[in-house]
Amino acid sequence: MNKKIVQPISRPVIGAGGLTGTWRTQRPVYDASLCNACLLCWLYCPEVAISKEDRTIDYTYCKGCGICAAECPKKAIYMEREESR
Amino acid sequence: MNIKELPEIEYIIPGTGACAGCPSTIGLRLVGKALGENAICLLTPSCAVASMGMTPKTCYSFPALNICFASAGASGGAISMALDPLYSKKRLEGEKPVVFAWVGDGGTYDIGFQGLSAAAERNDDFIFFCYNNEAYSNTGNQRSGATPQYVPTTTSPLGKEMLQKNVPLLMLEHRPPYVATASLAYPLDLYRKVEKAKSIKGFRYIEIHMPCCTSWKFPAAETIEVSRLAIRTGSWLLWEAENGKLSLNGVTAALAEGKRKPLPVEEYLKAQGRYAWLLKSPDKDYYIGNIENNIRRELEFMAGRAKL
Ligand SMILES: Cc1ncc(C[n+]2csc(CCOP(=O)(O)OP(=O)(O)O)c2C)c(N)n1
Ligand code: SF4
Ligand code: SF4
Ligand SMILES: [Mg+2]
Repeated sequence: MNKKIVQPISRPVIGAGGLTGTWRTQRPVYDASLCNACLLCWLYCPEVAISKEDRTIDYTYCKGCGICAAECPKKAIYMEREESR
Repeated sequence: MNIKELPEIEYIIPGTGACAGCPSTIGLRLVGKALGENAICLLTPSCAVASMGMTPKTCYSFPALNICFASAGASGGAISMALDPLYSKKRLEGEKPVVFAWVGDGGTYDIGFQGLSAAAERNDDFIFFCYNNEAYSNTGNQRSGATPQYVPTTTSPLGKEMLQKNVPLLMLEHRPPYVATASLAYPLDLYRKVEKAKSIKGFRYIEIHMPCCTSWKFPAAETIEVSRLAIRTGSWLLWEAENGKLSLNGVTAALAEGKRKPLPVEEYLKAQGRYAWLLKSPDKDYYIGNIENNIRRELEFMAGRAKL
């Protein structure tokens, strides 16, 4: 008999929902020359995929929701269609 | 406080199980910046639980306990009460953590309401957050007590007959020390309210409006824009009350004082696929008239309550 007790405990790790970048159908593209560093994109990204320092986007986890592009007051982020993998 | 000065702490780790554009995830990020590291969370079955990722992994960096649906009110009070003697008898060192519940509108307005009401009446020491996406979203969009009139869901296929309840007002009339409503479109207002709630002892209730692209049928990119339209049309009201003294905030205050005219509610409705049937209906004017009358009534009602 297996006497091991399985405790339903989860621990915090990156990618708990998998490589969520594969969900994307469009990708945000950032143009530093237009950016005023207001940080709205950083604040609103549900995946925490935009760096606060230089707005580098982590495409491994970015789901392509487009909120960053929609909320950017300077249009420094646009959404580009991606081919299906 | 401005955006640049917000604390670095992150409650969310990239690669969540949430839908793209999930408002609950955005809300938890903002709330986490105000609550900080020393906090314990209770979650009832909801999108916020489904979003954690695949067991034994979680995308939440804060300690969270998944409890059963009806129990957030009772559990919040109980955990907080259990912690008190541990700290007063020095079994645990440091500052008592903030206990908070993060609960959907289903778990707040309907299934968890009696436990919530009792916790508020006892003035249990924790913060109850309702993240209101106006439906049972996690299970595929069933109507809740927070679903607005005329919205079709899988359990109100012809559009919901009844109006939504005003649960923030009901919580206010339990007379706890702090009650507030908030919106993702006004993130610093939300941050300030959570910071304020954190500084108060006793029962605190904060409800955040959470436009959900999946259940409300709009593009994920428009989550914040739909939040903003809700405020500008008067469909969601911003207010807070300390010890029962209510004040309307920001755009909502300007609408109530007549300093600003509400946007036509059609702007808000047409942004959402869930109202598409209504906008195509031959009785469209009748429905919109009813929705506008209700907005006016709620605004007048809350402005009157603010005069008390
Ligand atoms: C007692 C009980 N009834 C039903 C369910 C199934 N269930 C899980 S989540 C959910 C919907 C939750 O709705 P809400 O609280 O609004 O959160 P949301 O999913 O919208 O984030 C339901 C009905 C359950 N887990 N427990
Ligand atoms: S598209 Fe969405 S997930 Fe990707 S970086 Fe922008 S806000 Fe974040
Ligand atoms: S929202 Fe736009 S302008 Fe603001 S920091 Fe992001 S990219 Fe730059
Ligand atoms: Mg819900």
